[in-house]
Amino acid sequence: MWKKTLATISSMVLVFGLAVGCAKGNQQGGGAAGGKLTAVGSTAMQPLVEEAANQFMAQNPGTQITVQGGGSGAGLSAVLNGSADIGNSDLFAEEKKKDPTKMVDHRVFVVGMAPVVNPKVGIDNLTQQQLVDIFTGKIKNWREVGGPDQKIVLVNRPENSGTRATFVKYALNGANEYRGKDSIVQDSSGTVRKIVAETPGAIGYLAFSYFDKSIKPVKLDGVEPTNENVYTNKWKVWAYEHMYTNADGKNKELEEKFINFILTPEVQKNLVEKMGYIPMTEMKVERDAQGNVKNKK
Amino acid sequence: MENRATSEWANQLLRPDKKQRRLELQGRLMTLISAWVIILTLFSLLYFIASKGISTFLFDGVSLSQFFSGKWAPAGTPPSFGTLPFILGSFMVTVLAAVISAPLGIGAAIYMTEIAPSWGKKILQPVIELLVGIPSVVYGFVGLTVIVPFLRDVTGGPGFSLLAGVLVLSVMILPTITSIAVDTLQSIPRSMREASYALGATRWQTISRVLVRTSLPGLMTGVVLGMARAFGEALAVQMVIGNTDTMPTNLIQPISTLTSVITLHMGDTVPGTVYNDVLWSMALILLLMTLVFIVLIRWMTRRGES
Repeated sequence: MWKKTLATISSMVLVFGLAVGCAKGNQQGGGAAGGKLTAVGSTAMQPLVEEAANQFMAQNPGTQITVQGGGSGAGLSAVLNGSADIGNSDLFAEEKKKDPTKMVDHRVFVVGMAPVVNPKVGIDNLTQQQLVDIFTGKIKNWREVGGPDQKIVLVNRPENSGTRATFVKYALNGANEYRGKDSIVQDSSGTVRKIVAETPGAIGYLAFSYFDKSIKPVKLDGVEPTNENVYTNKWKVWAYEHMYTNADGKNKELEEKFINFILTPEVQKNLVEKMGYIPMTEMKVERDAQGNVKNKK
Repeated sequence: MENRATSEWANQLLRPDKKQRRLELQGRLMTLISAWVIILTLFSLLYFIASKGISTFLFDGVSLSQFFSGKWAPAGTPPSFGTLPFILGSFMVTVLAAVISAPLGIGAAIYMTEIAPSWGKKILQPVIELLVGIPSVVYGFVGLTVIVPFLRDVTGGPGFSLLAGVLVLSVMILPTITSIAVDTLQSIPRSMREASYALGATRWQTISRVLVRTSLPGLMTGVVLGMARAFGEALAVQMVIGNTDTMPTNLIQPISTLTSVITLHMGDTVPGTVYNDVLWSMALILLLMTLVFIVLIRWMTRRGES
C-alpha cells in the first residue's frame, strides 16, 4: 500500500518536473528579447505599471519586469545610482531637486486629483479661496462655507508626498505651508479614503482613481473634477506620471520597448482609463516643470 | 557477560573516533560561523544607522539643540527639524501601554499558574499564542475600524489619538508580558508555596507577598520587553495615531511617534538630503532606546539572580 502511493507520488513529481523543464526550454528558445527590468518608485503608479508589466511579459516571453513601490524620491534616486532601470515619479525631477540632465523623462499618463469630503458634510462646491482657507486653518467649521455646524477635520499627506505637492501647487495656489493643528496625516491613499469616508466633517484629497461612493469629490469654482476637464486644463489639479530612465542606462532597448508599450493607444485607452487615470493621448495641453501650460501641437 | 559488554562500550567511548571527531569539528565550525555572521550583521547594522544618523549633525549642520526642539517644519524656509514631539509621543504611548498591559498580563499569568492551572491554562495559553501570531497591520486595521470610531463617539475628537495608539499597543504587548510572567511564576520552586501555606498564609497572601515579590525581576523583564516592542512598533500605531506634529499634551489628540514619522516620510524623501538624514537620526534614537531597554533587562535579571 505504502509502496504504491510512494511510487505514484514520485512518478507524478517526475512528470511534473519534466513538464516544467520542457516549458522552460521552450521559453528560452522562443523569447529572443529576454531581459530583466526593475521599476521602482511612486506607489500611486504601482498598480498600473504592475498590470502593464504583466501584459508586456505575456506578450514578450522571457522578459522579467519587477515593479516596486517606495515613493517618488526613492524611484528617482534608484535611477540615478543605477539600482533600478526605471524610476516612477509623480513629480518632475526638478521639483524633487534632482539633476534632470542625467535622466530621461518619459511622461506616460496623467492623474487628476481633487479635494474629497465626507458625504454627510453635504458640500459639493467650494471656491478656491475657501479651499485655501480651509487647508490653512482659517476656516475651521463647515458652517462658514454653507455647510452644517461641524468641525472640519483635515486629512493631510506627509510633507514630501507627490500627491500633496501637486495639490498644494495647483489647488491651493502654492499657498503658505498649511499646518492644521488637529489634522490627521496619512500617506496611503486607501487609508485616506477610509478615514474621509468614516470621519464626520473630514476633508482630504485623492487621485481620481481612488474615487468611489464612500466619499464626495468637491467642485472648485463650479468646475467638476472629471477627466474631460483635465484634458483642457479646465480642472487644474493634475500631474504627469513620469517614468525616468538613466541617460546612460544598461537596458536601454528594453526600457524603451516597455515605455513605448505603455504609450500605445491600446494600453492608454484600455488599461489607463480603466484604472481611473488619464491617457496621454487625450491631453489637449502640455505643462512643463515650472507649471506653464500651453496647447499641444 | 554483562561486564564484557560494558567494557566494550567504554572502550568505544574512550577511543578517539575519527568520524566523530570530524563531526564535532564540523559542528563547532558551523556554530562559530553562525555566531560571527550574527555579530557582523549586528555591527554593520549599528554602523550603518549610526553613520547615517550622525551625518545630520556632522555634515548637515543641524544642531543638537535644534534636533531636540519642538519645531518640526522640514519643508519650511528655513527648514526646522525639531523631533521632541515625536520622542515624547513614542515615550508616552509606550509607558501608557505598559501601564494598561502590565497588570492585565501579570494578572492573567497568576490566574494561569496559581489559581486555575488546569483549565485556565488550557484556554488562555492558545489565546495568547494566537495574539502573538496576528500581524501588526491587522491590529492597526482593527484599531482604525473599531477603536478610532469608538473613541470619536465617546470623546468627541477626531478619534485618531494618543489613546487609540495606547489601546492598540496594549493589546499587542499583552502576550509578551503574559508569557514571560507565566515562565517566571512557573520557575518558582514548589517548596516556596508550601512553606508559605505551612506558615498559615492564605492563597492570596502567598501570591501577593511571596510569589509576586520573588518573581518581580522576571515580571519586570517581561514588562520591559513589552515596552521595547511597543517603542519599536510602527505600522499599527501609524494607522490610528493621526501623525500630527503636535506636542502630546492630552490623551484624545492626534500625535506622532518616531516610528510613524519614519515610515510616513522615508519613501518620499531623497537619500542624502537633510530631511532624509534627520529620519535616520530618529532611527538612531530608536536603536539607542532599544539598547537601553536591553541593558535594563540584563540589569534586572542579574539582580534577580543574586
